[in-house]
Amino acid sequence: MPRSRLVFWLFFAPVLLWLLLLIVLPHLDLLTMSFRGENDYGEMGWTLQNYRNFFTEPVYWLTFVRTALYALITTFITFLLAMPVAFYISKLARSRVRGALMILLLLPFWVSELVRVYGWMILLRESGVLNFVMLKLGLIDKPVEMLYNDAAMIMGLVYTSMLFMIVPLVSVMESLDDSLIEAAHDLGAGKIAIWRTIILPHCKPGITSGAIVVFMLALGNYLTPNLMGGKNSLWFTEQIYNQFIASFNWNQGSAFGFLLLALSSLIIWAGLKLTGQRLGEVAS
Amino acid sequence: MIRSLPRGRGYSWSFNAFIILYFMFLFAPLVVTCVLAFNNSDFPSLPWQGFSLDWFAARGPERIGLFHDDQILRSLLTSLQTAVCVSLLSVAVGTCASFLFEKENFRFKGVLYLLMLAPLVIPGVILGISLLLASNSAGAFLDETFGLDFAVFRPSFWLVVLGQFSFITTFVTLVVSARLRKFDPSLEEAALNLGATQFGVIRHVTLKFLRPALIGAGAVAFLMSFENFNTTLFLVGSEPTLPVNLYLQVRDGSTPVINAVSLLLVVGTSLLALVNLYFTKRED
Amino acid sequence: MTNDLSVRNVVKRFADFTAVNDVSFDVPSGSFFSILGPSGCGKTTLLRMIAGFDSPTSGDIDIRGASVIGVPPNRRPVNLVFQHLALFPMMNVAENVAFGLRRRGASGNEISRKTAAILDRVGLPGYGRKRIDQLSGGQKQRVAIARCLVLDPSVLLLDEPLGALDLKLREQMKLELKKLQAKIGTTFIYITHDQSEALVMSDRVAVMHDGRFEQVGAPQELYGRPATPFVARFVGDNNKWRGRITQRVGDDVLVATDEGFSFRARAQGCCGDGSVVDLFLRPEAMRIEPRETDGLNLFDVTVKSILFDGANSRLLTVTREDHELLVTLPQNRRFDHIEPGNDIRVGWHPESGICFEAES
Repeated sequence: MPRSRLVFWLFFAPVLLWLLLLIVLPHLDLLTMSFRGENDYGEMGWTLQNYRNFFTEPVYWLTFVRTALYALITTFITFLLAMPVAFYISKLARSRVRGALMILLLLPFWVSELVRVYGWMILLRESGVLNFVMLKLGLIDKPVEMLYNDAAMIMGLVYTSMLFMIVPLVSVMESLDDSLIEAAHDLGAGKIAIWRTIILPHCKPGITSGAIVVFMLALGNYLTPNLMGGKNSLWFTEQIYNQFIASFNWNQGSAFGFLLLALSSLIIWAGLKLTGQRLGEVAS
Repeated sequence: MIRSLPRGRGYSWSFNAFIILYFMFLFAPLVVTCVLAFNNSDFPSLPWQGFSLDWFAARGPERIGLFHDDQILRSLLTSLQTAVCVSLLSVAVGTCASFLFEKENFRFKGVLYLLMLAPLVIPGVILGISLLLASNSAGAFLDETFGLDFAVFRPSFWLVVLGQFSFITTFVTLVVSARLRKFDPSLEEAALNLGATQFGVIRHVTLKFLRPALIGAGAVAFLMSFENFNTTLFLVGSEPTLPVNLYLQVRDGSTPVINAVSLLLVVGTSLLALVNLYFTKRED
Repeated sequence: MTNDLSVRNVVKRFADFTAVNDVSFDVPSGSFFSILGPSGCGKTTLLRMIAGFDSPTSGDIDIRGASVIGVPPNRRPVNLVFQHLALFPMMNVAENVAFGLRRRGASGNEISRKTAAILDRVGLPGYGRKRIDQLSGGQKQRVAIARCLVLDPSVLLLDEPLGALDLKLREQMKLELKKLQAKIGTTFIYITHDQSEALVMSDRVAVMHDGRFEQVGAPQELYGRPATPFVARFVGDNNKWRGRITQRVGDDVLVATDEGFSFRARAQGCCGDGSVVDLFLRPEAMRIEPRETDGLNLFDVTVKSILFDGANSRLLTVTREDHELLVTLPQNRRFDHIEPGNDIRVGWHPESGICFEAES
């Protein structure tokens, strides 16, 4: 249907403003800022110093590698945990229970991430509820600090991003016709063969989109590593925060920010390439 | 395996047990947080000292309940104002964007579409710092060339709104587009054929059809804005939002008043989510 | 002749209704057996019980003489062609066909040999590398069948596999399926709601209604000598009169219809003098302007309209009492003069009219 130019510009202008002013320009600014810095005389100029710092200071790039690795581990654990839950909801639960389970699943994630992390803190810390219960039961004889370590931090990250794995998995599994599983079974396949040859290949798009979102959320998370991780489990976003807010070195912070952005884009691109999908499909 | 295939007793049993454990894992931190809000103790931990509403209603001086804690109430108000602004703004622009991408054809549509999806894969922290940088540059530029000083370009309420708007609009666009795709274009043609103007058609036919999606997207935008932390952290000025305020308090040691706030948030967001769910279910 | 499948008094009860109610039948080796019934009659449930996806509430199912009650689907020597085929979209044709062999742990050599052989058999040689979505509807059909046949099942179950095809292709596939079954000799059990599929392909057909078998027999038997009013109505088209028996000698009866006709017909079952009956008569049993009138029931009707449909053309006629009757119109040019509004004389042989006790 032909539309007037006026209608087109009415739609086009706000969208263009949004994307240009709030997405494109700020990130270009981020890029340029990361290549600027003071020289020996205190004058601003173009430099690679910010990136050189990253590679020469082990604490920076070690944090970077650690963050990437832990985000990958988080994604993998989330996947392992989400798969059976999604399978139960979409294939095993009765249809009436299914709706209720979905609501129960969604509810915690609408509550602020801060509340969820705080809940884990009062559960796990030395004076926390779990320690109190275990002491009362006689399982331990003095309180154990279960918070402020890598395991607690990863569990917190898994917990926070769980939903973004389960929802795409449930929807992709619901689109799997039961008769495919029945046919495989009828043709003699056991449980493992059905998972390997039918369910996992079918769920690939859901797994990809879930994994991308979870990985990105974990990589860019600040709150959970900051509150649940230990003194030694520095997350890369905390480095960025420190540069910006504590040291007020915005150029260095920009370089870090751009590196993080590059890493997440790279991994997402690789994920999409590996599974032969496009971002548009994954998003919808 | 699935419901129609014979399942062993052990298989069903262990699967059910796993699901129960999973939901316990999901709700444990929230339940503990909410329950401890009523504990008559100065710390958010066990043992249970008796039921008390102090952390909601006490006026001080030793205990200041939630309803008399000016700092929390002020940040709550800020969060509400932010969320209202963000949801209105993002629904308006997001609707334009879905019309643009679903109904119009123009050069570079693919590029613009990818750009629209970009906020999905940009970590929130990066979005925050690049907006901070860009607004700072813009402010400095205007100050130097025109001698004008705009408060908007410094960390402030409006910068937070813009920052949240920049990525929440993407989610709104995806929700509204999904609904718009189900729209039968012949309805528009019929309305034009019956003598409606182009704007009349959009107002009376298309937007009417989209209304449930607009309400749903607005609710999603409200919740996302209300609980956002990562992006907001870098953009807040002197008026912190509730999550940022709570974060500062949790980091520096907590009192059960945070449990009280959490309880309020859990109840509030659950209600909003349920209402939203009810409306979307009814539309189906 | 041995039976590949025996079903004995099988009952399937769900919470509030009985889907399959005391069904028994035998299927001899190498035959094509169809279960025909409207949707919701319980035929799919019956098939799924034979395949092992549902278990009967009571009764027994024997395959090649051994009971399979309690045996899971993957251990039964039967395979199922699903309604929507359930071909695995993530695999190509050869992988689909080889799926079952691979699960059995067959050697790579054997797998490729058998896969190629069966694809050849179903008329798809060299299609192994194609993706499922590159196939036409009929080709998918054949892959689904090949995937089961390669496992050499005792019985092949087919759950309305032609339902999704368009009319032309369905006609063609009917013939192909019948030829295929005759060629390979595996026992087929085919369920459908389409009477033409059942009649064309099967050696024997069971008509199922409300969880019960109404009649089991050869297609000609079902058509020519329906055992129940349901079969008479469901298999082929029928005209119907309500009437009363005025005289009965053996199975020959004299029926006075409510409109005042008096017809000679054949009684099916127990209707004595004076009982109210429904009289069924096929459109093609009625002859227009018969030359030989000896022993025929004769009456006059008015042509209301001509329902031209090639070889299947009919006349829609009415009696004086406005009772509508369908009469087959042979396309042999002899009746080209008939136009709406004409009065014509119609005759039929008493053997063609069948009476059942009237349904309330």
